[in-house]
Amino acid sequence: MNVTVVHPNLDTENPKMQARDVSVFYGDKKALDTVSIEIPTQYVTAFIGPSGCGKSTFLRTLNRMNDTIATARTEGEILLDGEDIYKSGMDVVQLRARVGMVFQKPNPFPKSIYENIAYGPRIHGLAESKADLDAVVEKSLSRAGLWNEVKDRLQDSGTALSGGQQQRLCIARAIAVDPEVILMDEPCSALDPIATAKIEELIDELRGRFAIVIVTHSMQQAARVSQRTAFFHLGKMVEYGKTSDIFTNPLEQRTKDYITGRYG
Amino acid sequence: MNDAGALVLPTRTDAFEARLRQRYRAEKRFKALGLGAILFSVIVLAFLLVTMTINGIGGFQRVESEVTIDFTQAGLAGDSSTLSQSNAVQTLEAQGLPAVVAMAATEQLGAEAAAQIDGDAWREVAAAIIADPALLKETRSFSLAVGPKLASGYAGEGSPEMQALARELAEDGKIAKNFDAGFLERADATNPQKVGIWGALKGSIYTMIVTLALAFPIGVLAALYLEEYAPRNRWTDLIEVSINNLAAVPSIIFGLLGLAVFLWMFPSYRSAPLIGGMTLALMTMPVIVISGRNAIKAVPPSIRDGALAVGASPVQVVFHHVLPLALPGILTGTIIGMARALGETAPLLMIGMRAFVAAPPEGFTSPATVLPVQIFLWSDEIDRNFVERTSAAINGLAIYLRNKFEKKW
Repeated sequence: MNVTVVHPNLDTENPKMQARDVSVFYGDKKALDTVSIEIPTQYVTAFIGPSGCGKSTFLRTLNRMNDTIATARTEGEILLDGEDIYKSGMDVVQLRARVGMVFQKPNPFPKSIYENIAYGPRIHGLAESKADLDAVVEKSLSRAGLWNEVKDRLQDSGTALSGGQQQRLCIARAIAVDPEVILMDEPCSALDPIATAKIEELIDELRGRFAIVIVTHSMQQAARVSQRTAFFHLGKMVEYGKTSDIFTNPLEQRTKDYITGRYG
Repeated sequence: MNDAGALVLPTRTDAFEARLRQRYRAEKRFKALGLGAILFSVIVLAFLLVTMTINGIGGFQRVESEVTIDFTQAGLAGDSSTLSQSNAVQTLEAQGLPAVVAMAATEQLGAEAAAQIDGDAWREVAAAIIADPALLKETRSFSLAVGPKLASGYAGEGSPEMQALARELAEDGKIAKNFDAGFLERADATNPQKVGIWGALKGSIYTMIVTLALAFPIGVLAALYLEEYAPRNRWTDLIEVSINNLAAVPSIIFGLLGLAVFLWMFPSYRSAPLIGGMTLALMTMPVIVISGRNAIKAVPPSIRDGALAVGASPVQVVFHHVLPLALPGILTGTIIGMARALGETAPLLMIGMRAFVAAPPEGFTSPATVLPVQIFLWSDEIDRNFVERTSAAINGLAIYLRNKFEKKW
């Protein structure tokens, strides 16, 4: 029961990130129990499961955002390109520049649209001149599919955009620093179906350029956007495989029950 | 839709409607009470302002007597070069300017009245000459302040002889109550006709500068550290309780502390704005820390997460995101603390800022007094409307800064 079922036909060559026996504790409570997974470079990986199953917790360990929670403690190893990100001496600032994150609720900075995008490149010194920075802002907004909507009002506040635009702004902000991995924590849960469709389209376009990990409540969304799916339940990773296999041929009874809507 | 008589809808009963009416009545009552409270405050404020203005106008007026002096006959020597030196007043005094002024007054007002002209009135004439030495070749009239006895006679107080003299002079148009802008330019004096608030105002300004320079950075940094960096444990709990207690300590206790510690450390700076500012900074700091912590707590964690996720270091998160968003709240607390410090008398009395200081302070270490102490010392002579003005200015500044820094998220 404790062991994750991994589908046998999964090719695990060239993983971007590897987790080995990762457990997370909040105080005395074990929120995540010995999770091991390999996250591929070229695909979108989805984490699904009912609320409180540990999928968001696991996502937050991948760029050490759990460090901000005083009581959180992580065990096990997480490798990014073969390097343990929890080893002592790991530079967390650099790690987060390499592993970006998009949150559940759009959280643009209360600054201009331009500043929202320019902030990351500026603090990391990625742009040499104003012209460079302008180019980065335009490229990031274009990639996030937002450029045409905001190019005439870059100085407006980012918080004045609609919810869906704000979330794409946050994605643009994340890709502005050219990360290797983008983590998305239920990025569409606060959005309407049309905005959700745009974000999903965007995820599809970004695939291949960045390794993408997405946590979602919606099984349909996982089926639409991901190529790999991991099912979490009660702090454990129950099953991991190609998305098509998980949805058509789940090996575990709990996975089958969840994807057929018996609970969750 | 559902008219079936058998089914009693719970929202259609008489009892429900009675409760509904009751609820509306309660709402109306509450609204009326709120409106009443606002009206009451407005009336009280208006009453306060009107009384202040009416009483305060007296502070800007003094009884003056017009005296014409013909300098061509006075035999005073001097030109722009000799009168530009620092001892110009003494030069004029040695040449007999006081006597010239007194003589002119005697001629024009009569000996009895001239005796009541303020003994130092010639200094105003001297100041005018120093400002424009060409005066010595002209005839010019001056409005000279009368002495305290004649002034109270003019106001219908004091001895009957003075009242009679004042009435007589006033009927002849020789003395009158005039607007006196000098009230804003002078310092304390023994003659109530010649006092001004500039000395106290300058003392207050210096003191507030010291207070702000100490309390604001220390308070904000303490608040930031406690909120963003400090671990939650027994020590930080203790610090938090201590800061909250400190904010509730009566101000006179801070005065005792200033007396015992600061004056012990710097005994030669008694009465100085530096010591006063340090004492008031102690008093203001806890207010800034508490309001600062609340403002920092109110910054949504999602903003911190967003900044951390693009790779901002904790210091960058604090200074690029948290502090700018918390600034309006911090400023509100700072203004409240500073306004309280500005109006504070008790702790400054303890460190000797109640001395009679006739000259505006030269700097942070020269003896000074502050507005509230000055008002306390004058208590029955001068009205409070200067404090009100200062408060009004501070409030205006507060509103401006708050609006400037206020941002939505």
